[in-house]
Amino acid sequence: MNSFTLTQAAAVDEAVSDFAGHTGAAYLGGGTNLIDLMKENVSRPTHLTSLNHLSALGQIEDLPGGGLRLGALATNADTAWNPEVEVRYPLLSQTILAGATPQLRNMATNGGNLLQRTRCYYFYDLATPCNKREPGTGCSAINGMNRVCGVLGTSESCIATQPSDMCVALAALEAVVRVQGPNGERTIKFEDFHRLPGDQPELDNTLAPGELITAIDLPAQGYAKNFTYLKLRDRASYAFALVSVAVGLEMDGNTIKTARFALGGVAHKPWRDQAAEKMLEGQTASPDLFRQVAAKVFESAIGYGPNSFKIELGKRAIVRALKQATEMDQALDSNAFLNTNP
Amino acid sequence: MSQTIATPPTVRLDSDVIGKPISRPEGAAKVSGAAKYAAEYNVPNLWYGYIVDSPIAKGKILKIDVDAVLALPGVKQVFTHENVPSFAWFDRSYKDDVAPGGSPFRPLHEPEIMFSQQPVALVVAETFELARYAASILRIDYEVDENFNTDLEKARAAGKGFDAPKGKTGFLPPPKPKGDAEGAFKAAPHQVTGEYTHHAQHHNPMEMFATTVEWLGDGKKMNIYDKTQGAPNVQQYLRKIFSLSKEEARVVSKFTGGAFGAGLRPQHQVFMAVMAALELEHSVRVSMTRQQMFSMGHRPHTIQDIKLASDEQGYLQSLQHTAFAETSQFEDETETVVNWSGILYKCDNSKFGYELAKIDVDTPADMRAPGAATGSFAIECAVDELSYKAGVDPLEFRLLNYTYSDPTENKPFSSKRLIDCYHEGAKRFGWEQRNPEPRSMREGNMLVGWGMGTGCWDASMQKAAAKASLSADGKLTVHSATNDQGAGTYVIMTQIAAQTLGLPLDQVTFVLGDTNLPEAPLQGGSWTAASVGSAVQATCQEVGKKLLKLAQKMDNSPLDGVAFEDVQFADGHMRANEDITKSVAITEVLATSGEAAVEAESSAQPNPINMLKYSMHSHNAAFVEVKVDEDLGTIHVTRVVNAVAAGRILNPKTARSQVLGGTVWGISMALMEEAYLDNNLGRYMNHNYAEYHVPVNADIHKIDVIFVEEEDDHVNPLGVKGVGEIGMLGVAAAIANAVYHATGKRVRDLPLTIDKLL
Ligand SMILES: Cc1cc2nc3c(=O)[nH]c(=O)nc-3n(C[C@H](O)[C@H](O)[C@H](O)COP(=O)(O)OP(=O)(O)OC[C@H]3O[C@@H](n4cnc5c(N)ncnc54)[C@H](O)[C@@H]3O)c2cc1C
Ligand code: SF4
Repeated sequence: MNSFTLTQAAAVDEAVSDFAGHTGAAYLGGGTNLIDLMKENVSRPTHLTSLNHLSALGQIEDLPGGGLRLGALATNADTAWNPEVEVRYPLLSQTILAGATPQLRNMATNGGNLLQRTRCYYFYDLATPCNKREPGTGCSAINGMNRVCGVLGTSESCIATQPSDMCVALAALEAVVRVQGPNGERTIKFEDFHRLPGDQPELDNTLAPGELITAIDLPAQGYAKNFTYLKLRDRASYAFALVSVAVGLEMDGNTIKTARFALGGVAHKPWRDQAAEKMLEGQTASPDLFRQVAAKVFESAIGYGPNSFKIELGKRAIVRALKQATEMDQALDSNAFLNTNP
Repeated sequence: MSQTIATPPTVRLDSDVIGKPISRPEGAAKVSGAAKYAAEYNVPNLWYGYIVDSPIAKGKILKIDVDAVLALPGVKQVFTHENVPSFAWFDRSYKDDVAPGGSPFRPLHEPEIMFSQQPVALVVAETFELARYAASILRIDYEVDENFNTDLEKARAAGKGFDAPKGKTGFLPPPKPKGDAEGAFKAAPHQVTGEYTHHAQHHNPMEMFATTVEWLGDGKKMNIYDKTQGAPNVQQYLRKIFSLSKEEARVVSKFTGGAFGAGLRPQHQVFMAVMAALELEHSVRVSMTRQQMFSMGHRPHTIQDIKLASDEQGYLQSLQHTAFAETSQFEDETETVVNWSGILYKCDNSKFGYELAKIDVDTPADMRAPGAATGSFAIECAVDELSYKAGVDPLEFRLLNYTYSDPTENKPFSSKRLIDCYHEGAKRFGWEQRNPEPRSMREGNMLVGWGMGTGCWDASMQKAAAKASLSADGKLTVHSATNDQGAGTYVIMTQIAAQTLGLPLDQVTFVLGDTNLPEAPLQGGSWTAASVGSAVQATCQEVGKKLLKLAQKMDNSPLDGVAFEDVQFADGHMRANEDITKSVAITEVLATSGEAAVEAESSAQPNPINMLKYSMHSHNAAFVEVKVDEDLGTIHVTRVVNAVAAGRILNPKTARSQVLGGTVWGISMALMEEAYLDNNLGRYMNHNYAEYHVPVNADIHKIDVIFVEEEDDHVNPLGVKGVGEIGMLGVAAAIANAVYHATGKRVRDLPLTIDKLL
């Protein structure tokens, strides 16, 4: 870790200009990812613009028209346990709580969660080539230990995944990201926020340099009746998803009126397939239908050896998650009994 | 586990303290942070060393550019092979007590790179942060040698195996063949052939390796605070390399935050810290990062082949077990892997083999139940498979093939109540309600499976010494250079001393972890209770004899003419066995004698005759319930009953903790642990705590521990066998067997991750 200077910005404008005024600056949220990356010398900012005093960005408030605004500096824990979120967006609450550990969620901020970097082993290890860390050096994962890497939307230059749980729900909920930068404010639709690696894997998202996330806006529809987050991982807690599925449905009896779902752990961004969602809408929920939908999602998937299992696992996860969301029977949840077991 | 651990409970003076669930005397210090670990000795004027390790698996250092680093204010030195003096002429000077055969690794000795993450430099600076930063800008140019191999399967396919050589203390070569194993296999009606594997696993104790060297400014005198499982081993290693006297290299290790075998051999940070202190004549600390904990020892990747056959009834006809394991290019690390199969089961036709292959990794190391964890996984899975073929219940199958003597040595066991472990474990678990049919039990989406496994481990003893001092106020202090890596050495030695001299526990203090104390072996192999415990008992008996002599010098001594054998020590008194009214208080004896203290030093060692006559082992039987999601392959170990026969249990509380920890380790081995090796780069890639998985609390459910006590006069004077390793044995196999019972699918490659069950 190199030496750095640090400013506690008191207002959003001040943060943006502080950042612009320093070369090699980075914004600091909870620091649970950035500080780790600095200790590993993956990130070497020479200046940190800390956002931790921007109390205005720590709020969670109603939006006109029935939505909810999540401040970028609200912690993951405060967001997950917020009564409005719990009641109106239980999918989001469940998803956040499936991530990391209580200690990490107490520190992690919503803005930082969106911008956390991949967990591809090579990205963290300076001894290895990695296009995302050092463009042009090559991708070690493609022919290496890629068990945690992606199978959808990958490119020859990078097969990494976006590791967040929270973002999977935000994709399904069609959230909107509000940002402010040197050129003022703008909004970014969640599906446009993260990007595929293409030949520029160093770019995780579509933020312009210096842009700051101020909030995440949730639309009014929270799918609070029929939803599920299914996270499959190597241990019961404190592990990133191998595959995860967030589902929000609007049901009419056994008929699916609206369907939104997204996958985590399989791509460089939370993976949504709108054509697959359409296949569900207006249809009667059935295992066959779910299997067809799952097959459609993974049509274009490519396995790279150690991670090839994610294709079959992903399909099964979609089928199970859709079943859970339509039936809302917690007994179906393969992890649910863990909470009741002594 | 809800008992308080802060204060030692009051013990009735007349009661025995051995066999009681006494809390650790050091517990309060540990939970309050007062217990100091190696990296916590904040000696004045400390400098900090940061280790730089190799990014490549094989090659040579061409050039190290130290100028930019040395130019940083506060950086004291950069040590590399270019400026570290050759301390010892011979590589054998680098051999420690438990080094395997071959040529030990000499840190910062040569430009050659033999494994990825090999330490190549040490940067010393005024602060840790500066040293770490300086290390990050140290430029090293390498000549990369692409001709390396870290893939054990590839080495095997290329015929690189060789018979494992002798050389390491404690290593038993495979047992001699018996009968006609191959012929009997072919002729038998039920056969199983299977290949069982697990991959490299790293110890990852909570406390990372660290050494603080306090430079005393008096010649070369140093206090070396080290994280180790044995201060004496570290001391003799350092003395040989750096030509130091015992006084110069005092090694202290009062607390060890887990080690599990990783701390048996001196690790490279202690070499570096001492080297830097000597060169700079200054106090220096070197601590490893979590990532660097993957740069040293690991349980070796091992491929095992088993051929097992039985007759119609389920009696074993042929038992063949071979293992093929990795070692480094420079040492031949060996484990006892296949022998356990031969010890556990009776079979007239048997054949064993154990080969190594050299790959370009660091030398593997002992990890909890080394060899046995590996071997028991394979044999216990194969036995389960064969029981199905023969149509015999897996427990019944083991009972049919039970042996009361050790078939590999043709000797009786000094004691063996495995059969009671089977019966009591099965009863507690409810095994009789098991439907043998795979996939026959379910709850919703979850398939339920029950499986079992057995283990066995050496009950060994090493020579150990202790000294004791009983002061006039009746307080006893006992010393030995042994170690406590969390197993409970402090408390059991306190109990043994208190019991031997009939003193209340709070009058007894046990001091350990210092090379100024009487020599004791490394803490490993589950032998500390037997070895150091016997030494403590012998030493306290010497104190007792001296006390008796003093008592007999008293006017009108009530013990006049009574032999030591006829005296009992209890309630702070010495009494004649035949008439306990003939009694005198120990403090009174001391007061009358006018002596300030009674002191004694003694040692204990194994009884060679008993060792010739008996095979000495602990055993266990583990019963496991798993729930497996039928579609998704997630596995949960919902219930374990672990029944252990390990001689006399000195302290059921700490012993239970050992077995609980062992059981969790077995779950970890079965479901999670694997250091993912990238064979293109020759490097372990998940080298951190987030990605190298061990269980979290949410993965652990009900664990029931049963001790089947054994009375054993032969094993050692205390009758103890040790419980450090036995608890993890059989657990991984029981889980794999339960998964088969649940799903009908045999997975023979650990860990049993989701992808293998799809
Ligand atoms: C061991 C471990 C396990 C974990 N497990 C999981 C898991 O299972 N699931 C999961 O989802 N997550 C997991 N996490 C990740 C965790 O959720 C993220 O680290 C956290 O959400 C990041 O938030 P932060 O506020 O700490 O971000 P920081 O570390 O402060 O920042 C992360 C990045 O975002 C930038 N940034 C922060 N805030 C803003 C802002 N408002 N505007 C612009 N840029 C900003 C920073 O410059 C930095 O680049 C785990 C983390 C660890 C360390
Ligand atoms: S997958 Fe991406 S992050 Fe991983 S090594 Fe390849 S380029 Fe780097």
